[in-house]
Amino acid sequence: MLKAIVTVMLKKGIFDPQGRAVQNGLESIGFDNVKSVRVGKQIEIALDTDDKASADASVHEMCDKMLANPVVESYSFEIKES
Amino acid sequence: MKWGVLLFPGSNCADDCFHVIDKVLGQPVTYLWHKDTDLGDVDAIIIPGGFSYGDHLRPGAIAHLSPAMTSVKEFARNGGLVIGICNGFQILTESRMLPGSLLQNQGLKFLCMDQTLKVDNADTPFTSAYESGDVIVCPIAHNEGNYYAAPDTIAEMEANGQILFRYCNPDGEVSNATNPNGSVNSIAGIINKYGNVVGMMPHPERSSDKDLLLSDGKGVFVSMLKHLEAKHTES
Repeated sequence: MLKAIVTVMLKKGIFDPQGRAVQNGLESIGFDNVKSVRVGKQIEIALDTDDKASADASVHEMCDKMLANPVVESYSFEIKES
Repeated sequence: MKWGVLLFPGSNCADDCFHVIDKVLGQPVTYLWHKDTDLGDVDAIIIPGGFSYGDHLRPGAIAHLSPAMTSVKEFARNGGLVIGICNGFQILTESRMLPGSLLQNQGLKFLCMDQTLKVDNADTPFTSAYESGDVIVCPIAHNEGNYYAAPDTIAEMEANGQILFRYCNPDGEVSNATNPNGSVNSIAGIINKYGNVVGMMPHPERSSDKDLLLSDGKGVFVSMLKHLEAKHTES
């Protein structure tokens, strides 16, 4: 059995108000070394297959069709043994 | 002219839209269910606001894959009038029936208030009851209403007159100070390049009945009706 761990982030250059709010929060509790923060999401998918190649193709399709919106988001993923 | 209001689990402005078509315009209207691919004999489709599928993943991300949306796309390809309001707008951008996307409000707050809008292009089937430059009041109620599209897409839309409404102050001035959510160029509502699919974050159905004090939004539905009637007379 395999597991896909998908990370979806706003594309570079698109303002991330949530990241800015987290950055402000970190600064307000004394972290003066924070240059920038961006917040994304992680999606874990347990896959009913042991075939890494087909899992890879399938997760790509999931990302393109639903998990990420290519207009504003980019995605990456890794496939692991679960 | 028959109107359809498309329902998803989590739609919550459908009854308001139904009320405006039924009671204010006095036109026949029916609900359409997201699982049905048969849209019946409707002449116009309203995708109402709300939180379809709980806004999970992204607003509209799951709703736009519903069976009915395949038929809505077909309906639009054949020239049918489609308007998505608030969550309906988000569903239309997710389905790529409209360009761009709606991001979280720049100020991170859910915005719920009356909002002044400037009518940017009154020469469409959705805005002909207005004059370009009119300032109208329409409530907004959203968390993800910050319109974004790539700069070249925005330039193309601006050149084509695809911006229908912009956020403004009561004097009709459009600036960063009058932009409630960070939308590019203060964009509040757009039309596709074929001129038959509209998305807008403000709620014209909440400002269409004078008994509810606001009626500036009624022009959107009146414009659509006028267009449908003219088309009907032609054929």
